[in-house]
Amino acid sequence: MEKPLTKMMRPDGEPLSLGEYEAAGGYQALRKALGAMTPTAVVEEVKKSNLRGRGGAGFPTGLKWGFMPKADRVRRPRYFVVNADEMEPGTWKDRMLMEGNPHQVVEGALLGAYAVEADVGYIFLRAEYAKAARVLRRAIAEAYGAGYAGKNVLGSGWALELSLHISAGRYMCGEEMGLINALEGRRANPRNKPPHPQLAGLWGLPTIVSNTETVCNAPHIILNGAEWYKGISRSSDGGTKIYGASGKVKRPGLWELPMGTPLREVLEEHAGGMRDGLKFRGVLPGGASTDFLGPEHLDVKMDFDSVPKAGSRMGTGTMIILDDHTCPVGMVRNLERFFARESCGWCTPCRDGLPWAAQVLDAIEEGRGEPGDLDVLADLCRLMAPGHTYCALAAGAVEPLQSALKLFREEFERHIRDKRCPWR
Amino acid sequence: MLTESEKEEIAEEVKRAGHARAACVDALRIVQRRRGWVCDEALREVAALVDMTPAELDSVATFYSLIYRKPVGRHVILLCDSVVCWVMGHETALEHLTRRLGITLGETTADGRFTILPTACLGACDRAPAMMVDEEIHGDLTPEKIDRILEQYR
Amino acid sequence: MVATLHIDGAAYSVKEGQNLLQACLSLGFNLPYFCWHPAMHSVGACRQCAVKQFKDEKDTRGKIIMSCMTPATEGMRISIEDPEARAFRAGVIEALMVNHPHDCPVCDEGGECHLQDMTVMTGHVCRRARVRKRTHRNQDMGPFVNHEMNRCIACYRCVRYYRELAGGRDLDVFGWHHHVYFGRQVDGPLESEFSGNLVEVCPTGVFTDKTLKGHYARKWDLQTAPSVCVHCSLGCNTIPGERYGELRRVRNRFNEEVNGYFLCDRGRYGYEYENSDLRLRHPLRLGAEGPRPIPSAEAVSYVAGLLRNGGRVLGIGSPRASLEGNFALRALVGAGRFFIGWPERERALVTTALRLLREGAIRTPCLREVREADAALALGEDVSNTAPMLAFALRQCAMQRKIKVAAAFGIAPWDSDAVRLVGQDEKSPIFIATPCGTRLDDIATRLWRAAPEEIARLGFAVAKALDPDAPEVPDLSDEAKSSARDIAAALREAERPVVVSGTGAGSPAVLEAAGAVAAALRRLGRNVQLSLVLPECNSAGAALLGGGSLAGALSEVRKGQVDTLIILENDLYRRLNAEAADALLAGVKHLMVLDHLANATTARAEVALPCATFAESEGTLVSQEGRAQRFFAVHPARGEVRESWRWLREIGMAAGQSEMAAWQTTDDLIQTLSQEPGLSGVKEAAPGREFRAAGQKIPRQPHRYSGRTAMGADVSVHEPPPPEDRDSPLAFSMEGYQGQPPAALVPRYWAPGWNSDHALNKFQGEVGGAVRGGPAGVRLIEPAADAPARYAAEIPPPFQPAEGQWLVVALHHVFGSEELSAHTPGVAQLAPRPYLGLSPEDAQRCGVGEGDPVELAVGSSVQQLPARIIPGLPRGLLGLPAGLAGVKVVELPAGGRVRSVTGGPP
Ligand SMILES: Cc1cc2nc3c(=O)[nH]c(=O)nc-3n(C[C@H](O)[C@H](O)[C@H](O)COP(=O)(O)O)c2cc1C
Ligand code: SF4
Ligand code: FES
Repeated sequence: MEKPLTKMMRPDGEPLSLGEYEAAGGYQALRKALGAMTPTAVVEEVKKSNLRGRGGAGFPTGLKWGFMPKADRVRRPRYFVVNADEMEPGTWKDRMLMEGNPHQVVEGALLGAYAVEADVGYIFLRAEYAKAARVLRRAIAEAYGAGYAGKNVLGSGWALELSLHISAGRYMCGEEMGLINALEGRRANPRNKPPHPQLAGLWGLPTIVSNTETVCNAPHIILNGAEWYKGISRSSDGGTKIYGASGKVKRPGLWELPMGTPLREVLEEHAGGMRDGLKFRGVLPGGASTDFLGPEHLDVKMDFDSVPKAGSRMGTGTMIILDDHTCPVGMVRNLERFFARESCGWCTPCRDGLPWAAQVLDAIEEGRGEPGDLDVLADLCRLMAPGHTYCALAAGAVEPLQSALKLFREEFERHIRDKRCPWR
Repeated sequence: MLTESEKEEIAEEVKRAGHARAACVDALRIVQRRRGWVCDEALREVAALVDMTPAELDSVATFYSLIYRKPVGRHVILLCDSVVCWVMGHETALEHLTRRLGITLGETTADGRFTILPTACLGACDRAPAMMVDEEIHGDLTPEKIDRILEQYR
Repeated sequence: MVATLHIDGAAYSVKEGQNLLQACLSLGFNLPYFCWHPAMHSVGACRQCAVKQFKDEKDTRGKIIMSCMTPATEGMRISIEDPEARAFRAGVIEALMVNHPHDCPVCDEGGECHLQDMTVMTGHVCRRARVRKRTHRNQDMGPFVNHEMNRCIACYRCVRYYRELAGGRDLDVFGWHHHVYFGRQVDGPLESEFSGNLVEVCPTGVFTDKTLKGHYARKWDLQTAPSVCVHCSLGCNTIPGERYGELRRVRNRFNEEVNGYFLCDRGRYGYEYENSDLRLRHPLRLGAEGPRPIPSAEAVSYVAGLLRNGGRVLGIGSPRASLEGNFALRALVGAGRFFIGWPERERALVTTALRLLREGAIRTPCLREVREADAALALGEDVSNTAPMLAFALRQCAMQRKIKVAAAFGIAPWDSDAVRLVGQDEKSPIFIATPCGTRLDDIATRLWRAAPEEIARLGFAVAKALDPDAPEVPDLSDEAKSSARDIAAALREAERPVVVSGTGAGSPAVLEAAGAVAAALRRLGRNVQLSLVLPECNSAGAALLGGGSLAGALSEVRKGQVDTLIILENDLYRRLNAEAADALLAGVKHLMVLDHLANATTARAEVALPCATFAESEGTLVSQEGRAQRFFAVHPARGEVRESWRWLREIGMAAGQSEMAAWQTTDDLIQTLSQEPGLSGVKEAAPGREFRAAGQKIPRQPHRYSGRTAMGADVSVHEPPPPEDRDSPLAFSMEGYQGQPPAALVPRYWAPGWNSDHALNKFQGEVGGAVRGGPAGVRLIEPAADAPARYAAEIPPPFQPAEGQWLVVALHHVFGSEELSAHTPGVAQLAPRPYLGLSPEDAQRCGVGEGDPVELAVGSSVQQLPARIIPGLPRGLLGLPAGLAGVKVVELPAGGRVRSVTGGPP
């Protein structure tokens, strides 16, 4: 089984140095691209590879990069931003990639930047990832030193300034338009689309935002070709995926597996199944903002097309497991509190709807629930359906809620009926 | 009053960022690094350096969770309260911290040693429940482990 | 381009590309919204304006879209009534209401609250949320705006208005999630002189009128009438409201061509002078023990007696009095003995300005045209202090460039954030040349600080750079030459450039220079306009009427030609220095003064007559645009107070001037004065007294006006008949026509379901555009089509700072420089303390520090003032606040000498 993203990494998780990375074939892709490929050819290769964005939405990366308008002299600089904000609860795959192999992130960023003819690159990192910051800062400096970044990259005449931006904490910074605002030193409110960032992003100029894991794939695609990349997948989406499992499983962790690996396989073979004495009850397959799936969906293939068929989303591919000794109402309450707290406060349904939902859940969990409360929650889920709010935070926020209302309905009703949480 | 070296550092960030306001969060963090938090006076001085009004800068400062506009202790404990930590025992950890330090979320110990703040997922879900003290993440928290960790911070 | 839109099955024609919300509202649909505002456009934050959009006829599911963010396109199918869309809109209100306090009964916004209206509109009537509401601390934001954050629904309109339209940078949004807080960084007065619009922009009761709070009445209890602001020369349209004989507040009256949706704080809050303790309420006769009240009849017959007995009489009118008042005085004393009460220099300035507009080939723009201009040159005038809404309009002009850039990307002008994003730092070329910094400097592409003559020379140099036939400016510095070339290049490229200047710098040369720039552009065939700021609300009217200056009056008095002097609404002690005013008044045997407030001149009057303010009378003012506009009495004058012209008419009749008897009503007087050359348009300024809408008068009181039968019950239990209004088609009552009258007669905005100011939507043909029937007022000045564009002959020599000699210039202040508004406590609070401004370099050279006492001598006038160091003020210039209480009157600019009181002569 191919593990392009992680195979070079050291077992202790310490970062690969520039030398180690180069020895393992690092920066060959960049050399190849700069030496023999036009930016368009890089984009085409990525398109053919069926790489889909790993930030959660699964948008085809080649297509997105291809939306960048043709470079001209006036609308400069052009920007390429690596989204390393990773604040989705239950998700830590980007951290592992950055800490374990920072040069892979840097090379991915450089390839992405080259593909879209960017002049400036940023790695947008959340502040809590202090170790990632240390290793990335060093990797960037080393890349400059080795001529991979800077005024004349590898003598090709292409110039790219790459730097690390450290954010100051807000889930909204991960949303691409919020991220752009944050980079400009503004509140990380989202911006409306259109105009898309490719047309008017950072400082109103052409900008691409791609996820960390997404860009880490680029060197391997360029080096080994799109066909190879598609071949290592078990689904029509290309490549491998860093899957993860957390919650009360035997071995919580992250594993690089072929795209399309069934959920059950991740859970049972890699995470070792549930802890002794506990039963699997449900799972958020791809982070906090995905719908719960139940035991009947364990055989779903984890890829961007299959998970929606089961009624959820692939999201970040890092699953959060609910066991049968944990209160589903409490869990949903925790999630909605998180989303309510992280709402940017710009649009009404999210800003005022989520805290209300959280408080209704508080009431139910604390034994103050009333029968009408479930209707309120259902109405709030409709209010925040996709497209109803300004950005996707709210739509993501109601996914676990709406699915829990279906999947664990009797639990909610029991809380309200018995006026207490049975798990307390 | 900002020190000369703080001002220089901020000027450096402004130069690097190209647009003055793009450096505003970095500038606040520079101030915060020395003082733990950003007081009104420092905010006003930073605003002038990044070409913003105090209102504009505070608008940004109060948006972000890691810019502190109120005093904090010498060590800030960011206790993850997101879903995985919650499933794995965040409440026990919080109760223990509260009992040990005599403060709860948002408060600072009387000796100014610790402040506890809630934080969104720290990306340490494989080691949940987790917390971050200053720049260090500590996972698999148990009451005993928390006691040991607190001892490391004076 | 017109697009056909299918709304709930019916086809409508709308403007293609317009946003759907605006289109639906213009079609008369009741679609709720919060974050959208016709002057601020769309950002899509509140999600209230949702409708359903269907792909085609077959699509029955459709999807929810935000109408404000969606352009209308040909063949588009939408539904407002769709159950899912309705439920969604009700859900949004329900969410907003989760934290909104249920304090409507004690909320100042109650009864004119957009949130109330929208809540009723969506049908949200039942609260399901059992939650603890979030609460906030309120801030003290100064004398004008009250802050009550708990009521906030976070539509973001306040910060968008304040920052994007008004250019203020001290109001912002703090915090995040449902704790977002809209306020200042710390407590303190709002810095923008346009802060009062927050009161109208906020859809609920967060920002309310603090002055109204001091004497509160509900909107439906206010008697209102269309009025015109008297606090500067722009003539913004207002709606003052009265209850129990007291003026309670001023709101905006929409005039597309003038102030649009907004007012400045001087205009909004200056009204309180009308309630001042200084009001004259009775005729006064000066006796040995000071003034004592006398009956009106006695006052009239006494003054008439002075005239009748062959006394030689002289009249001094006023640029702050109505055309009617001035005309009546002129009729009483005779044109040859009528003087407008302005000093010679002011007369020269105003007549120069008027000549440029009347005799030249260049049109003066209305404020809408300034807002839509794509380049501007402001020469010598600090419009931010002398004509605030013109400054506001220039801010919109600065935006035009962004709109244009955005259009190239296919972004509609209403897509507010996208326009700003794509436009980035782009701004229309705007050049500002003034002696001192202005609050408009942030929008300028380039600034100059110079003495008035230098500014004039720059202007002439621009004209020369545009047109080789323009006169050469001698001894021009290289820097000025290159600046002039840059300005000329930018103006030449503009499609709709505007040149702004005015009388504020006190220099006719500056005005001529502005005229020269406009003339040069005109000769190049450019569509240029020239906007000239004048000193007061009726300066243009006074100048059109004609009449000499105070110098003329003084020489008559000196010749011993005057027995009786009648002064109309004019405090000579604000126009002349005290010695000159004393000399003038001492030279006459009898002095009669008509005014609203007691002042230094009324104190000297043998007879002082109390006259009605703008809110108690009807009259006409001519704005700097040359727009004649009628204001109407909001409430009848009480007691002995009456219109100036009525006093003058009575005196005239008693003195045997029988022709004045014909003036039974304002219309009669207007009829006569319209016969004057240049004033024939005045009668068209508003419909006359005979006008009826559907056979009825227009009621000043809303149909929900309460307490009519009880208001006077403490005096008499009998309900008095409503006071009759013989002068206008408006009635002091609730009865009358409830529909939409012509713009000049609109007393308030109300429509079924729309109790807030947004009822205005229902008055406009296209929402955001002109009201049906066209804007109020009539332009009296239009350039002659064939008039030549001429250049002034005289170009001043360069300004040379001379040792020991200073040039003192007037610095205007939006709060404090204008006479009447200064009597409003809030305005007085925000006015600066007296000072003498000097540049940092000069201060250092002279060893003067901030606040040090310095002595200023201009001619024989000597005064001591604290120094204020003003960065940017050119060397050799001193700035003296204009019109400020506590600062001696000197005619500026003038040479002066200073002496540091502590340190000897600098
Ligand atoms: C509220 C919210 C938070 C998000 N956070 C992240 C994040 O932390 N990291 C990330 O890569 N994408 C995040 N996204 C998705 C980004 O908006 C964007 O789609 C992504 O970075 C694009 O990268 P990709 O195409 O490589 O997936 C978030 C989206 C939303 C709505
Ligand atoms: S859905 Fe609305 S309030 Fe929520 S984060 Fe997005 S823009 Fe902000
Ligand atoms: S009015 Fe359309 S979203 Fe607010």
